[in-house]
Amino acid sequence: MRRQLGARIALVVIVVAVSAWYLYPPADTINLGLDLQGGIHLVLGVEVDKAVEAQVERAGDSARAELEKRGIGVTRVERRGTTELVIQLVSPPGWDTVLRTIEEVLPVFDRREADQAAGRVVLALKPGEGANIRELAVRQGLETIRNRVDQFGVAEPSIQQQGENRILVQLPGVQDPARAKALIGKTALLEFKMVDERTEPEAALRTGPPPGTEILYQRRVNKETREERKVPFLVQKKAAITGRDVATARVSIDQNTSEPYVSVDFNASGGRAFADLTDANVGKRLAIVLDGNVHSAPQIRERIPSGRAQITGGFTSDEATDLAIVLRAGALPAPVQVLEERTVGPSLGADSIRQGIIAILASTALVFVFMLFYYRLSGVIADVALGLNLLLLMAIMAGFHATLTLPGIAGIALTIGMAVDTNILIFERIREELRGGKTVRGAIDAGFSRAFKTVVDTHVTVLVAGLILFQFGTGPVKGFAVTLMIGIAVSLFTAVFFTRLVFDLLYMGQRKRETLSI
Amino acid sequence: MIQLFRDPSFNFIGRRRWAYLISILFILVGVGSMVAKGGLRYGIDFSGGTLIQVRFETPVAVDRIRRALETVQMGDSVIQEFGDAREYLLRLPLAQLSSEEVTRRTQEALAKDSALGKHEIRRVEFVGPQVGRDLQIQALYAVLWSMIGILAYVAIRFDLLGGVASVAAIVHDVLVCLSAMSLTNREMSLAILAAMLTIIGYSVNDTIVAYDRVRENRAKGGRRKGESFEVQINTAINQTLSRTVLTAMTTFLATAILYLFGGKVLEDMAFVLCIGVFTGTYSTIYIAGSLIVDWAGWRDRLVARRKKAVAKA
Repeated sequence: MRRQLGARIALVVIVVAVSAWYLYPPADTINLGLDLQGGIHLVLGVEVDKAVEAQVERAGDSARAELEKRGIGVTRVERRGTTELVIQLVSPPGWDTVLRTIEEVLPVFDRREADQAAGRVVLALKPGEGANIRELAVRQGLETIRNRVDQFGVAEPSIQQQGENRILVQLPGVQDPARAKALIGKTALLEFKMVDERTEPEAALRTGPPPGTEILYQRRVNKETREERKVPFLVQKKAAITGRDVATARVSIDQNTSEPYVSVDFNASGGRAFADLTDANVGKRLAIVLDGNVHSAPQIRERIPSGRAQITGGFTSDEATDLAIVLRAGALPAPVQVLEERTVGPSLGADSIRQGIIAILASTALVFVFMLFYYRLSGVIADVALGLNLLLLMAIMAGFHATLTLPGIAGIALTIGMAVDTNILIFERIREELRGGKTVRGAIDAGFSRAFKTVVDTHVTVLVAGLILFQFGTGPVKGFAVTLMIGIAVSLFTAVFFTRLVFDLLYMGQRKRETLSI
Repeated sequence: MIQLFRDPSFNFIGRRRWAYLISILFILVGVGSMVAKGGLRYGIDFSGGTLIQVRFETPVAVDRIRRALETVQMGDSVIQEFGDAREYLLRLPLAQLSSEEVTRRTQEALAKDSALGKHEIRRVEFVGPQVGRDLQIQALYAVLWSMIGILAYVAIRFDLLGGVASVAAIVHDVLVCLSAMSLTNREMSLAILAAMLTIIGYSVNDTIVAYDRVRENRAKGGRRKGESFEVQINTAINQTLSRTVLTAMTTFLATAILYLFGGKVLEDMAFVLCIGVFTGTYSTIYIAGSLIVDWAGWRDRLVARRKKAVAKA
């Protein structure tokens, strides 16, 4: 080892140079966590069962249509539980034909029960299919949210799947968390449903809606009193057109009222369907429903061939912008629920950074002075090693794009305390060897080699705890584990390798030296 | 040369009964305070709920905030001063309301009350019941796994006895930290859990160092005839005392600075680190070392008794 002085010096120089290169300029290279730079951390739970339910219902609808097309009378098709479908038939003529047809139209279902006398067939979605739908719902949800966030314009967002059906969304530097959350969390299921004007909604409320229809509400807010009123509408259960047929959406301003509204362009098939729908229903009202709330229910005055619809409803400019975004990005395949939210304002983040820097500087200074005071020249070497440790720690974080969080700052402070521990271990050992009568050279050799085993031991135990913490942790806590582990690992290089090198350089040629500044 | 201790020869192990007593008393007081306070307080990370940190332009009294919150049916919030009289933490238990609704209502209530002056919502944290439960379970696993990991490491590196004693010392440290938290009314949070896991990794360090020294002394043949295990451990602890105290001191200094200057958000975490570094060092000397001695002594007596029984027969 002693003969490789040149190579060892070169290694240290290279490491320092590479670190400095990675780290420059610090403000751009260090990735700050949301708790330091401000922003939103959201964990969304995708209600995957709802996606399965919707898929089962859609399958039921298409089965019903197909059966009727083949002249088999269907009384009702119902979803039972999450995955079961109950088909009730009107006195089936040929039972075998019925079963074959059902098998043909619904290949992804298993038959649970077929009661010829009652004319009832019960089906259940194949388990593998259910799992597929769930998986797809999460993946599509992730994609849709990513689209929305991109269009909203957030710098460096992070959107990832977490566990089986959770989505982690991190938006740094967002100023208006409520708006961002509304934008991300909205299902945005757009439906155009014909209003059933044969029955008064009030009457339907009393007696229950007639079959095939449902009651939905429009929320109207009185602008002066801010009072909210719910107006009921009786609409067809089946949507005539949905948001799937939307090609694009944008905000426009009404020339007369100067209120913003959202203009929706359908794709080719949607445009045709819309033209047909308006043609067949002139004079009737069409409800525009978003996530189960009626936005407006304008009367159809004439056939609309342009394939363009307008959604009005007293929006603010932000609301209209966001609605256009979610309509463009498409609906979430299943509703999402906020399971966890952590929002930090920019001012708190700035305070945390300031206090964190003060704490790190103060503890560095204190440990510096202590080492200098207690070990004199050797203490100076340890101090330089400590400085090197901090440099490498930050450079590795920059190089791996690790995130510095507030607990991460605590990890750095702790590293400062623990990194010099390694030097203390070695120095105490050298002192002991000197007291035992060894020469300076011998004491240094023995000190480093004997202490090394202990140093490794102490590092391993802290690393074990750090690894478990990293495995377990979320965001900020992970940041703590990261800085702690890097700091501890780096101290092997700085406190052992680098310190040894300096000792060798200082005392190597001096075989007759009798005192050591330690 | 400045030296903390010059050839120290304190009789640590000999006074171990006192140490046991002190530890047990402190933990009893801590557990008592936990019981009296209805269990350890969990922060929203584990219990779920909504936390809002709000800063006013001018100092405000707690009553004023409560009255404002009462107007939106949120008078049952826990309102806690945070740093100074301009900054408060509002905490709401899990309820039917979503976090958006809670934030919106809070903002509305605070804005309506003109006496409160301007305010800024600086932090909102919402943890749903599912996440809270998940975190509780994961936290438990994290603590268990780290203990198993350390037990395994020490057992492989030295022997099972050392491993068990180290884990006993760790359990002691965790209990002391929890007691200190309960006595100072601090809440269990993710950051505190992180601090505790760190302490688990740190605390065992000194034990390893002392234990390693015992082995080294034996290898050197330094064991004089008739020297008991108790004396060996005590010697090792004394020989490594300077480094034990010095390393604890530097780490303690760093965490104490963090506690003093690191800001309110990190305060609890830094507090646990400080306590942990202290008790980690203490438990090395008294809990781990003493337990090894007591256990070895008990084992030797058992062996001796068996031998006697065999001899009689």
